[in-house]
Amino acid sequence: MTTATEPAKKRWTLAGSASAGLARDVAATAAMVAATLLGLLLVTFFIGRVVPIDPVLAAVGDRAPAEVYERVRLELGLDLPLWQQFWIYLKKAAAGDFGRSVLTANSVIDDIVRVFPATIELATLGTLIGVVLGIPMGVAAAVYRDRWPDQFVRVFGLVGYSVPVFWLGLMGLLVFYAKLGLVAGPGRLSTGFEDIVDPVTGIVLFDAAMAGEWEVFQDGLRHLALPACLLGYFSLAYISRMTRSFMLEQLRQEYVIAARVKGLSEFRVVWRHALGNAMVPLVTVIALSYANLLEGSVLTETVFAWPGLGQYITQSLLAADMNAVLGGTVVVGTVFVGLNLVSDILYRIVDPRARR
Amino acid sequence: MSGSLRTWLLDEAPHSRGQARAGAFYRQWLAFRQNGLAMLGLSIVLGLVLVAIFAPLLAPYGPSAQDLDFRLQPPSQRHWLGTDELGRDILSRIIYGARITLGIVLLVVATVAPVGLAVGTLAGYFGGWVDAVLMRITDVFLAFPRLILALAFVAALKPGIENAVLAIALTTWPPYARLARAETLVVRKADYIAAVQAQGASGLRIVLRHVAPMCVSSTIVRMTLDMAGIILTAAGLGFLGLGAQPPSPEWGAMISSGRRFLLDQWWVAAMPGIAIFVVSLGFNLLGDGLRDVLDPKRE
Repeated sequence: MTTATEPAKKRWTLAGSASAGLARDVAATAAMVAATLLGLLLVTFFIGRVVPIDPVLAAVGDRAPAEVYERVRLELGLDLPLWQQFWIYLKKAAAGDFGRSVLTANSVIDDIVRVFPATIELATLGTLIGVVLGIPMGVAAAVYRDRWPDQFVRVFGLVGYSVPVFWLGLMGLLVFYAKLGLVAGPGRLSTGFEDIVDPVTGIVLFDAAMAGEWEVFQDGLRHLALPACLLGYFSLAYISRMTRSFMLEQLRQEYVIAARVKGLSEFRVVWRHALGNAMVPLVTVIALSYANLLEGSVLTETVFAWPGLGQYITQSLLAADMNAVLGGTVVVGTVFVGLNLVSDILYRIVDPRARR
Repeated sequence: MSGSLRTWLLDEAPHSRGQARAGAFYRQWLAFRQNGLAMLGLSIVLGLVLVAIFAPLLAPYGPSAQDLDFRLQPPSQRHWLGTDELGRDILSRIIYGARITLGIVLLVVATVAPVGLAVGTLAGYFGGWVDAVLMRITDVFLAFPRLILALAFVAALKPGIENAVLAIALTTWPPYARLARAETLVVRKADYIAAVQAQGASGLRIVLRHVAPMCVSSTIVRMTLDMAGIILTAAGLGFLGLGAQPPSPEWGAMISSGRRFLLDQWWVAAMPGIAIFVVSLGFNLLGDGLRDVLDPKRE
């Protein structure tokens, strides 16, 4: 009953070649993903080639004798034509081999696996905050259009779009940590708590809860609070704005009038019928905002000394450790593409019209 | 005098193309003026431009004039926004920094908008394999995480303000191409395009003279809204030490060096951040207002 008459019409016209259409869609999406990943690797490959850093020198050090230099150069395949080098790079990347980090002396992929959970923890909590607060705010803004809730959400969102994340983080540390002492300072755990819990999943809250170490859990939470709220704010700014515009679109539809005429409560009309339909495009927005937080954590992690992927990439950058930088870029890019794909699939699941 | 100008502008039956254009522009301005927040945004942006132009006249001190007896002083009569670790006047540095910020924004936009417009209109008008190739490239860039890609570019090209501009430009153009393509697909089927085609105009001429101008207003809106993002990205690169380098009064780099004194001399890091915030808020407000006026599709 909740679906409008217009979508129903569309479904009929599209119903024609359902299974053939689906197969074509899947093939097209797979080709799209493959092309994007190939492009990503091509770009990182060329960035790696234009860098004015000699990869051989980076590996052997500048005091190595000439024959060692030459041997390593051959080992790295640098004497081959460019397209062959790219082919080798592709094969290695497919196997997860991005070389060795000069800074940590570990293989890049091991480093990334170690630091990534910290980023995921932060971004997930941030998105959660953004969804839980952002959707109700966006709905309120749409329902009370042009009145004070709308203005408030609008200004709150605009501030979020305009404020530099690293500056807000510093000011947050200044006020809530240094002056008020409400939250803990930079890092994931205080010094005394660092090695109590084994990093099983690498997500502090999870590991502490599993081990039953509630003091560690609390300490972790106190460290997480500020950066997570910060990322949550940016996610909220985006989600509430998009929720507002999707809701306005839905509230104009005729099925809303029909529902009201039937005598449904306003609450039900707004939160079940209108929001239910607005959720379809919102799923994409939430996935996108999650992807953005994973990336946006670069600056946040630097401010809060958060040992995640963002900090790993920036530190490698400043040390001119190109293997680590490019490996990190490829991983973040792949996650980005993956999240886009997931949002695409979710869209198909949530939207009855796409479920032909 | 002003009365007759007004009637000339609002004439229902303009006598020349120029009059029609001026009239349309004047009507949009009248609509824009109604929006208080947008006017606030416009004044902030104009303020930024004026401050950047007249920086040497407005700044009480030079951007790198050191007053070593007055290091890390809190805001006072002598130094309105305080001084940094070398006794440089923070207000003066922020005023000179406006030049850098404005310069970055203009450079990025001047490179990105034409490229995006060209790619989008060509893909949209010619369709077929041109469209397929151009849009595949656009999609690849669109799928990248922007900040991280910019970081990787800067790292490869070595840190500095020119490379920061280049890196931001390389990661900013794809949405413009998508936008222009979408507009072109609509315009392409219009009767007046068919008329120009019938008169024998070449494809390139149609794209340049008749299609691209139709995409300009949405590009301008997008540009204004993007400028805030460009400012924030540039400041972020400066903060990470990959954009403008320290002695330069770039706002992000100023925050980065003020970070060491955050707990005791908060103003060193706080003041440039406020400047970044006000300026990007200005661009966002202006962009919102322009969208309301220029985007006819809105409701």
